[in-house]
Amino acid sequence: MELMISIAARSLEDGAVVVVGTGVPCAAAMLAQMTQSPNLTVLFEAGGIAPLLPAMPISVGDSRTTYKGLKATSMAEIMELCQAGIVDYCFLGGAQIDKYGNLNSTIIGDNHNKPKTRFPGSGGANDLASLCWKTLVVTPQNKQRFATKVDFITTPGYLEGGNSRTEAGLPKNTGPHRVITDIGVYGYHEYSKEMQLISLHPGKTIQDVKDNAEFEIIIPDNYEITKEPTSEELTALREKVDPSKVIIGRG
Amino acid sequence: MDTANLKQGIGEIFASPNSDEMRDFFRKKKKLIEDKRTTVKDAVQKYVHNGDYLAIGGFGGVRIPTALVHEVVRQKKKDLGFSGHVSTHDCQILSAGNCFNRCDAAYIVGLEARGLSKNARRVFESGNIKVTEWTNGALSWRFKAAAMGLPYLPSRVMLGTDTFKYSGAKEGLCPFTGQKLALLPALYPDVAFIHVHRADIYGNCQIEGILVADDDIAKASKRVIVTTEKIISNEEIRREPHKTVIPYWCVDAVIEIPYGSYPGNMPGEYYSDEEHLMEWLKTEKDPEAFKAFIDKNIYNTKSFYEYLELNGGMKKILKLKQIEHLF
Repeated sequence: MELMISIAARSLEDGAVVVVGTGVPCAAAMLAQMTQSPNLTVLFEAGGIAPLLPAMPISVGDSRTTYKGLKATSMAEIMELCQAGIVDYCFLGGAQIDKYGNLNSTIIGDNHNKPKTRFPGSGGANDLASLCWKTLVVTPQNKQRFATKVDFITTPGYLEGGNSRTEAGLPKNTGPHRVITDIGVYGYHEYSKEMQLISLHPGKTIQDVKDNAEFEIIIPDNYEITKEPTSEELTALREKVDPSKVIIGRG
Repeated sequence: MDTANLKQGIGEIFASPNSDEMRDFFRKKKKLIEDKRTTVKDAVQKYVHNGDYLAIGGFGGVRIPTALVHEVVRQKKKDLGFSGHVSTHDCQILSAGNCFNRCDAAYIVGLEARGLSKNARRVFESGNIKVTEWTNGALSWRFKAAAMGLPYLPSRVMLGTDTFKYSGAKEGLCPFTGQKLALLPALYPDVAFIHVHRADIYGNCQIEGILVADDDIAKASKRVIVTTEKIISNEEIRREPHKTVIPYWCVDAVIEIPYGSYPGNMPGEYYSDEEHLMEWLKTEKDPEAFKAFIDKNIYNTKSFYEYLELNGGMKKILKLKQIEHLF
């Protein structure tokens, strides 16, 4: 978990604007601000703009999300900023994901009227992944989560690959950027838009990548080995970001 | 682009988006500046009818009108429609009372980082609830369209997904640029509940912190019941008119309920009662125990304050105030 948060934090460069959810994405944004990106602007979908987060929020709308912030606004305004092209990244938590980065957080089963399992639905995920320039996803990796076909496309990735995302009418040059798991970091093929390995975490193998996905992940020859968290990152994470181990304690 | 290939969602639209009907309604609505104070019991009796479409302000566990939602359960209101616009603890309470049969779902059955509500899931997995899918942005804009007096707003969300397929949206082409857009029908609720920081007796309201969608919900709804932490004078409202988020003509009833967002967070006042919310989630795992829990906390309490007292009363509130102010 510490490794996942550290990698996630490194992917948010200084000066960028990111919308985050609670949990790992929020922890990563806080860590980024304490390490390489002190000028990272963090937004919360409920209306919080650029807070100096004193502690981990429990809700993306709780009062922590506007603590010493620049503005407290409406959800519509946050989504409008995304729709206007202001927001570089959105950072989404775990869900069922397919090789094109489409996410399911709505139902398990094939009957929408009487689902086997009901999950919350889109929340703001569909909006953010439709509108922000780059979508980052953090999720544990296993065969159930990395599914050949998700039961329900709640949130768009590259849809059916190729140009299908733009053809569906979603804003040009947007889409999934990285998936960070407990095994590796993935990106997407330039043309086919299929998921491909970028770096493998220390101690993990290509077999782990394959065994924990129902679909085939492209393994290029030039994949890297993920850099371990630095002591600076670990100290900030353990002492400032999550001292009560709410997130990093999840294993 | 070919208009013949434009798609539309198969989800039901539960409330008419016709803006002329609403203009007629608002034309006839009384706009007299008068004292609107009442009680929770009377307001719910008078303004909430079985079958109504309900919108709840706040953010699920932040600035929520708990007393009104409890009263809906206590009065056994049935067959409501409701907008699940980050409906977390409010969805959990309405599910406990089996109060609704249809839902516009953007975020339901979950309590964000706290976990999922087993009982709300049971209700939504029963096959007895009609669900139309949306997103948080889409529902925000549906309220905004209504607040603007329009029948729809175009947007660039939901396209290409199953969320769109099970929504009530339609694809349309921009007449100026040819871009494909998702057209979102205006959402005009029958009744809305909103909890605010301060209001005068006429219903002019001030809110601290995020608005979520409450300015638009208030303008979009036929009837609005406001609970407020504090009633302030009209003079105080007029001294700082820039602070008025909801104007009096939107509001039908005003009830002063200090700590009224409990167990939710009230920005700048008190934090959410995480222990109590975890108790809800834990108790829901056993239907028998949960029934006893709801009897104790809602059906057998006469008012919000009996409920608050059962769960720690002022001592608990003081603790939550300290957490809010990071002591």
